[in-house]
Amino acid sequence: MQKEYKTIKEVVGPLLLVEGVEGVTYDELVEIQQSDGTVRSGKVLEIDGDKALVQLFESARGLQISTSKARFLGHSVELGVSRDMLGRVFDGMGRPKDGGAAIIPEKKMPIEGAPINPAARDYPNEFIQTGISAIDGLNTLVRGQKLPVFSMSGLPHAQFAAQIARQAKVLRSDAKFAVVFAAMGITYEEADYFVQDFRRTGAIERAVLFMNLADDPAVERISTPRMALTCAEYLAFELGMHVLVILTDITNYCEALREVSAARKEVPGRRGYPGYLYTDLAHIYERAGRIKGKEGSITQIPILTMPEDDKPHPIPDLTGYITEGQIILSRELYQKGVLPPVDVLPSLSRLKDKGVGKGKTREDHADTMNQLFAAYATGKDAKELAAILGDSALSETDKLYAKFAEAFEKEYVSQGFNTDRSVEETLDLGWKLLGMLPRSELKRIKDAYIEKYYPENAGDKEE
Amino acid sequence: MQGKIVKISGPLIVAEGMADSKIYDVVRVGREKLIGEIIELRGDRASVQVYEETAGLGPGDEVYSTDAPLSVELAPGIIGGIYDGIQRPLVRLCELSGERIGRGLNAAAVDHDKKWNFIPDAKVGDQVVAGDILGHVNENDVVEHRIMVPFGVSGELVGIESGLFTVEEPIAKIRTATGEREVCMLQKWPVRRGRPYKEKISPDQPMVTGQRVIDTLFPVARGGCAAVPGPFGSGKTVVQHQLAKWADADIIVYVGCGERGNEMTDVLNEFPELVDPKTGRPLMERTVLIANTSDMPVAAREASIYTGITIAEYFRDMGYNVAIMADSSSRWAEALREMSGRLEEMPGEEGYPAYLSSRLAEYYERAGIVKILGSEERTGSVTAISAVSPPGGDLSEPVSQATLRIVKVFWGLSASLAYKRHFPAIDWLQSYSLYADRLQPWFDENAGEEFMQNRAFAMRVLQEEASLSEIVRLVGVDALSPADRVTMETAKIIREDYLHQNAFHETDTFTSLKKQNAMLEMIHAFYTSANEAVSKGASVNATLYTPVREKIGRAKYLPENEAEEGIRAIIAEIKAETAAAAEEAE
Repeated sequence: MQKEYKTIKEVVGPLLLVEGVEGVTYDELVEIQQSDGTVRSGKVLEIDGDKALVQLFESARGLQISTSKARFLGHSVELGVSRDMLGRVFDGMGRPKDGGAAIIPEKKMPIEGAPINPAARDYPNEFIQTGISAIDGLNTLVRGQKLPVFSMSGLPHAQFAAQIARQAKVLRSDAKFAVVFAAMGITYEEADYFVQDFRRTGAIERAVLFMNLADDPAVERISTPRMALTCAEYLAFELGMHVLVILTDITNYCEALREVSAARKEVPGRRGYPGYLYTDLAHIYERAGRIKGKEGSITQIPILTMPEDDKPHPIPDLTGYITEGQIILSRELYQKGVLPPVDVLPSLSRLKDKGVGKGKTREDHADTMNQLFAAYATGKDAKELAAILGDSALSETDKLYAKFAEAFEKEYVSQGFNTDRSVEETLDLGWKLLGMLPRSELKRIKDAYIEKYYPENAGDKEE
Repeated sequence: MQGKIVKISGPLIVAEGMADSKIYDVVRVGREKLIGEIIELRGDRASVQVYEETAGLGPGDEVYSTDAPLSVELAPGIIGGIYDGIQRPLVRLCELSGERIGRGLNAAAVDHDKKWNFIPDAKVGDQVVAGDILGHVNENDVVEHRIMVPFGVSGELVGIESGLFTVEEPIAKIRTATGEREVCMLQKWPVRRGRPYKEKISPDQPMVTGQRVIDTLFPVARGGCAAVPGPFGSGKTVVQHQLAKWADADIIVYVGCGERGNEMTDVLNEFPELVDPKTGRPLMERTVLIANTSDMPVAAREASIYTGITIAEYFRDMGYNVAIMADSSSRWAEALREMSGRLEEMPGEEGYPAYLSSRLAEYYERAGIVKILGSEERTGSVTAISAVSPPGGDLSEPVSQATLRIVKVFWGLSASLAYKRHFPAIDWLQSYSLYADRLQPWFDENAGEEFMQNRAFAMRVLQEEASLSEIVRLVGVDALSPADRVTMETAKIIREDYLHQNAFHETDTFTSLKKQNAMLEMIHAFYTSANEAVSKGASVNATLYTPVREKIGRAKYLPENEAEEGIRAIIAEIKAETAAAAEEAE
């Protein structure tokens, strides 16, 4: 039974207080109808006796308390999903934005999603080739992983994400692949870049886009990633597709969350963000994964810009604690002209060890990966030392390492946004670079692989 | 007893008409009978934290009190189990509601219908007290599940069965002062109350973990507490997994508290396949898993570490050495903060409740090595190891600070070591173990008398390296004296070839104390003979950069049974090469 209430008493920011309600339940969907017929939606955030606190998904601008009516719908927020969503563009609340017809849903799914039983999860261990050496070779992405990109204002994370979306493929498989893209509070230009790039490369055919732009209401952003993930879950676990979900920009999402929390006058955690930010983000990120007995998978690449390039900031910090690694972009490398400017040392893919090796990429992958990391770290240290004391202060080995680090950035990392390297190419390139170092330095590689792959004429072997 | 909901705010509900209920009683909420726990009583109003999603609840919905506190079921069948934060078996939940966890599900923690072969160890006529062992069930090839006289029962054993029984069927009869009492294998225990014991004793044995940096430099005692703080990506979870795999304990309880779902799946996949070196059986056969991942309800996360430690105490009471890993206590503290915020309590530091540190201390105090209940003198221990996830790796935050005040072992993980892929990234300058002195007699006896000397040697070299590298940074490596150069190189060997340990390498993942000692001997031999050579005027480069260095680096990959012999050969080679360098100089 639906009742309408004309007892809206307060509007504070995105929150509404409705009094004298009966039979309202927690987390229920609410429609607010104005006298001119326009309808806004929200959800019940708290009920205290006969008072219901409602969070609007849209801006409260122009809302008149005295004439508006609140209708409680008796179910939580849902998204109508269908196969036909592929190739379409929606707004942050899941309404078509591309001028096309409304979707005829095959099914309605609550956008909150229930937690996946850990006993029902299937471990992600299938390699995804992104064609980017810094990822494939060193921070390997696997199906069902959540691997965020930590960027900063002014860095080309959009091109980077578009490159991943364009090039990503699963080797030795003819599985169906789809991309779900959720924009939260990004500018029109940035969003347009993605749309154009998807159109240009034909990727749009297998993509679903949810767009909440910078001038759209901030509170709508809280629903956007949930809409996108609900759609992705449908595609992955009902239709058996391998779905790559790109969420950009998580920082805007968290700010919207903070706005609602502040309006509720909650006790803030760090930097004014609510104490439940970790839990809230976990509910988004943990929706990535694979499920036993189901064909599809959800792989997430959330993008966030670190405020003031500051990694201990709560948003990147909490994200890093939930996700399975992170790809960090560096301003210094970008200024040096390294594209994509991936800072490989602090970057990490926690699931890489399960996705590489014989039968997945190549037998020598794990060892060379560790060796490249170690060598690059040593080389960078040597370069720093040389910057202070001059080249003469370096030992012969350190000089080799410094040279290695230079070449590594230039050839391995900096491949541009349009080069698509196979994983074999990436691994061979790694060996070519390791050839700059004497064999005795390669402590992390098994002897058998050194025998097999170490370049004959160290240093000048052509590919 | 029945009340009605008046307020709902996320996982917190307030119900009225609850005047007769007790604090910390479990209640059932709404039509779906969601599980909750009373955490506050004011007049007839009770604040309840609900362990499941509260969407769909509304004012007027009914709340029943079960009149019992949150308890766990302790009986055969618990080993190898995987539970959520309130001990619901996740595999069973899968059968009930599919891949996603539904609401209001009821599932017993252990199978009540399964029959176990009960083998009596006590006989009719014995005088028994609480904690005495009546008999046992061989739960699998590894764990002998001992059935104890429950707490509060004592008297003469007048009947004892033998054969196949379910956990609820009586297996013994005891004539107590108040009449005859039947005992079954199933015990229930409230999670927020520590299980009783006779007395605590001071730990004097290490828990050997096979991890070189831990066993050699920062050992943890059986019955001790250790914390592993570190920023994300520094390998906390890998350290915890390594300990769960290789620690020298009879039973492992692993609590995944607010962490990643895929990590729990990893444990679930890996443990049944990994073989315990001591028993030759899968590790899962000595493990209990509690998995309350970050997307599961926050209130159950708060309860999960209590569920875990109660299970650990239960096995301790059988006389076992138990280790409990909690990953991560910061997520538990955040759950506490979230509930505290919803209760509108006055916040302490960073929004955490003022009782954060006392709750943490309470938890860690439940660890320890104790004389357990029963007529015989027996001991059992619980070793607690917790990961801490400080924001940005900054240890000044409340959870890390409160933890450091309690624990005796601190394995500080460092981001810069992790960037260099030095794992385990335990920072040797920052970490400490307050047990080292107390454990010395044990090490002297069991690991060789030179072990602690070698440990001191390694610590000293690492300390010296830290101060020497300051000088190198200022004036370059050439400014160092030959002896200092030897120290620097030895430190490098200790760091790269000893402390660095690859968890994913089949041999390197575990190193016995014997092999650790041999490796230390080898490094010590390098240090002394190199020093001898340079003091005779040998060139530093000729002494330090010899072919044997590569072999030193690969010593850790020598299989356990070949290690001692192999290392002895390396030591001989070190001596020969440095002697040659010295000779050349003369």
